[in-house]
Amino acid sequence: MTYSTITSSTDTLLQVNNVSVYYGSVLALRDVFLDIPKQQVTAFIGPSGCGKSTLLRCFNRMNDLIPGARVEGKISYRGKDLYDSDVDAVEVRRRVGMVFQKPNPFPKSIYDNVAFGARIGNSKENLDELVERSLRSAALWDEVKDKLKASGLSLSGGQQQRLCIARAIAMQPEVILMDEPCSALDPISTLRIEDLMHKLKQQYTIVIVTHNMQQASRVSDMTAFFNAEAAEGGNRFGYLVEYDKTGAIFNSPQQQATQDYVSGRFG
Amino acid sequence: MIVGGSTIVINVNGWNGKQPVYECKTMSAGTEGATQSNRGSLEKRLSKQSLLDQGFFWLTLVMAIGIAAVLAFVIYEIGRSALPAIQTFGLGFLFSTTWDPVQNVYGALPQIYGTLVTSAIALFLAVPIGVGVAVFLTEDFVPGYIRTPISFAIELIVAIPSVVLGLWGIFVFIPFIRPFYQVLNSTLGWIPLFAGVPRGYSLLTLGIILAIMIVPIIISITRGTLLSLPPELRQGAMAMGATRWETIIRVLIPAGLSGIIGSVMLAFGRAMGETMVAAMLVGNSNRISISLMNPGATITSLIASQFGEAGRTQVAALLYSGLVLMVLTLLVNIFAEMIIKKFQNVE
Repeated sequence: MTYSTITSSTDTLLQVNNVSVYYGSVLALRDVFLDIPKQQVTAFIGPSGCGKSTLLRCFNRMNDLIPGARVEGKISYRGKDLYDSDVDAVEVRRRVGMVFQKPNPFPKSIYDNVAFGARIGNSKENLDELVERSLRSAALWDEVKDKLKASGLSLSGGQQQRLCIARAIAMQPEVILMDEPCSALDPISTLRIEDLMHKLKQQYTIVIVTHNMQQASRVSDMTAFFNAEAAEGGNRFGYLVEYDKTGAIFNSPQQQATQDYVSGRFG
Repeated sequence: MIVGGSTIVINVNGWNGKQPVYECKTMSAGTEGATQSNRGSLEKRLSKQSLLDQGFFWLTLVMAIGIAAVLAFVIYEIGRSALPAIQTFGLGFLFSTTWDPVQNVYGALPQIYGTLVTSAIALFLAVPIGVGVAVFLTEDFVPGYIRTPISFAIELIVAIPSVVLGLWGIFVFIPFIRPFYQVLNSTLGWIPLFAGVPRGYSLLTLGIILAIMIVPIIISITRGTLLSLPPELRQGAMAMGATRWETIIRVLIPAGLSGIIGSVMLAFGRAMGETMVAAMLVGNSNRISISLMNPGATITSLIASQFGEAGRTQVAALLYSGLVLMVLTLLVNIFAEMIIKKFQNVE
């Protein structure tokens, strides 16, 4: 097993240094080294159980919510270890937003959904402006501007997902994590969200987990391929196989496993 | 198709011409005929099944109508028996404070007042406790081996017969609470609610015991509601940088509000209808006292304490008060439905 750690010309925002994740005593992800560049889209691809979502959830410490989850190694955000004892997970999550696989707007109005982050953060900002700006950034404003008081759940699946993106943007985070954001959406909604990602990376650093390799090749600048391996006792753990510019991963991968996976000859 | 000595039979059953069902089976050669006969018997079973379906439909329909009929019959009979009192006293019954079996003049205002006040006290105490405990039991504040016995104990409160709880109230709770009433009276006596000479048998005592009785209802329904919320909601809120409390207060409780209100209203109905405890603890005094620490009466305690030796008009008056209680409960339920609808629309 070899790791190719690419140091790109752009700034590194998140640095994953020899990270292993355990759930209880079960190893889920082993020895990952990875640098996530600023204001680019980084895609994690790989088969189920390869730990890509697990790693994503380390970036905003959502793994803290799973009893028994444990992270070894170091994940630095702007040079600061996210798992340092003096780091407040709540503060981390305000800077690192997340969009989930299944759209999960709160059962509140569209307006209240977007304003949620500002309200809990006691932001003094003008909420109307913030809501409009965030909805515009998420390419949803024109569709909902006349029904901001309507429930977020009344929207279609694709609109709900864009509402969740708007909600994350409204927190003014630096990083947006997306955990298979389009897997529950139809192709047209998927396309809209991919377009959106291209726009968003002007301002935000995006890390996306996807099962869809075409999607990874369309939206991402960097791609990390993870694979799973059976450990003793029947459990499977994931590891990073290859990490490179997206073009290189899809056209001239260094590893045979990557080649097999991206060309569909996996397993 | 022959694949390595075995036959793959593909049955295309065109159910409605639109959705063909493809059945793929791998079996050894020569069993195609058996498959055909299986299909024949399958169709026979279908018709038997549809008969069963029909039968089940009618059976449940009769049962459902039966339940509604029982309710209608009860209301009709109570109304019929109460009719003499309704004709004699009219709506004035609701606003009169006289209950005089000697003169046969009846009014139920003190009892209506007592019913509403004691239920309100019970809700005032039980709602925060119930919702709080439900949140505690659904969040992982403490490990499961502590939570499970607590939930079990709460369920057991429901199993206490109300007469036992009433006895406990008389012999344990009232002696225990009396000194606190004294303190409450001497410090907050300037508020009319706590004025006068504090008494053990009082509206407040009944309210507290009723709170104990309805807390499990609120807890179990609220808990069920919170547990049924999709985990994505909690994750979404946490990922937005909400603390645990912000997640609970701003997302989970609003999302489960219809269930919580439903539980509160159910508990309210239970508190208004509770009879044994009311008759044992409220003091059965036919007056309206602003002070909560004075005796009063509820509709249920009135009926329970007077039914035995009531004359004809008195029985009619008691049933009239019972009718009033049913209407009150009905109003509470309608009100609850309206609130739930309103919040569901927001969702």
